[in-house]
Amino acid sequence: MSDDQLTQRVFSVIAATQRIPVEKITIDGKFEELGIDSMDGVNILFGLENEFDITIPDEAAKQIRDVRQMVEGVSKLVLEKAAADSASAIN
Amino acid sequence: MANHRVAITGIGVICALGRDVSEFWASLAAGRSGIGPLRSVDTTTLRFRNGAEVEGYDSSRYFEAKRADFLDRFAQFAVIAGREAVAQAGIEWTEELRENTGIVTGSCVGGQSAEDTGFVELYKLGRNRVHPLTIPKVMANAGASHLSMEFGITGPSFTISTACSSATHALGQAFWMVRTGQVELALAGGSEATFSVGILKAWEAMRVVSAETCRPFSRNRSGMILGEGGAMLVLEPLDRARARGAAVYGEIVGFGMSADASHITQPSAAGAARAMRAALRDASLDPERIGYINAHGTGTQANDSTETAAIRAVFSSHADRLAVSSTKSMHGHALGAAGAIEAAATVLALRHGLLPPTANYDQPDPECDLDVIPNEARPAEVEYALSSSFAFGGLNAVLALRR
Repeated sequence: MSDDQLTQRVFSVIAATQRIPVEKITIDGKFEELGIDSMDGVNILFGLENEFDITIPDEAAKQIRDVRQMVEGVSKLVLEKAAADSASAIN
Repeated sequence: MANHRVAITGIGVICALGRDVSEFWASLAAGRSGIGPLRSVDTTTLRFRNGAEVEGYDSSRYFEAKRADFLDRFAQFAVIAGREAVAQAGIEWTEELRENTGIVTGSCVGGQSAEDTGFVELYKLGRNRVHPLTIPKVMANAGASHLSMEFGITGPSFTISTACSSATHALGQAFWMVRTGQVELALAGGSEATFSVGILKAWEAMRVVSAETCRPFSRNRSGMILGEGGAMLVLEPLDRARARGAAVYGEIVGFGMSADASHITQPSAAGAARAMRAALRDASLDPERIGYINAHGTGTQANDSTETAAIRAVFSSHADRLAVSSTKSMHGHALGAAGAIEAAATVLALRHGLLPPTANYDQPDPECDLDVIPNEARPAEVEYALSSSFAFGGLNAVLALRR
């Protein structure tokens, strides 16, 4: 999965959860501008966990304030998961 | 109809801090937290491991096996607390008194643990039937119903479910019923048993539960810790209590409610302030008379700073002269029972002249710059106090109590 593909999938989850057109979401988008409050943020994280089959820790979740941080956070967790999966495949 | 002063003549508590009032008070006075690793439920799939459980709870100590089968743990806690409160009040029941006694209980999740068990049977174990007692165990009014059967109470009885404010709303309604003479006696409070995997998973998803402990008003607070238990108060007109020579533990002198009308989970300082002002108005008290507030104080980032702002809005400069603590730091957040456990803590604090602390307090937070009685109980003669509950859903309830 390319970075662009991952970014688009994150945008899609945000759009679907917020029920807004995906075109409204940009990498520089701030939650406030997109009308994302704390409960919306939790909903989006739930959507992202399902979309990418990852677990987002509470501490990491608290740091996320905008779309870019969300994309970067998901990207990191997806890479970690891929590394863990390939490690267990080798073992 | 003349208003009565309303006396508290009986208190019953079972929670993580003790299985009766004396154990409960000993823990509060010592600032000892009942928070620890959960034992009654398997936490391996959860992001948090800690809770505030009734330690080593064994229903057979309180109920015959056949009766226990009919009561979910939350209803058992209601009956256990009710028994202690009624015994302490020394009620001598007559048929007339039973008809003129009301019961008001609060519960947030009711018997959802029993429901969870039933759903495991259906969806996980592939069985085609659930236990026939599931409905009577799940219903949120089971606590009130079993209390009525326990004592033969036949007067107005009902249950209020307003999330974390349930028990405070219940006590407030019972207080008003006694004050206005609608009932001669009331048994009121709340009970909750929150520990089943299905319920805990739902809390986990909200990301408001701490992986560590509950540190209200502390800068490094990381969320709430769930608790369980029950607390009940016996309320009656002060003149009646005196006439029969009953011990009076304190009085409820006011009750106020409000709705935030803003957000389903984010608290509002304006809504909380309105409820505190309403309680003061109902009690005909100037804010300067209040010496202690048992805060809602959940230990979430949002609640504690919002509650601080609300207290400052209501009390202005007096906010720096009153003491505030969150006993949830010790007994956890028992949701629909919380308000009753905290009202009991407040009554005992006024009576003993010792204010319970905010335990686990670690780092000052400029956004929570109140005197929060950090970590150690404080001797203080206080005449009037508030006990506040600000629920998810923005439904707020505040009691004003007197020594």
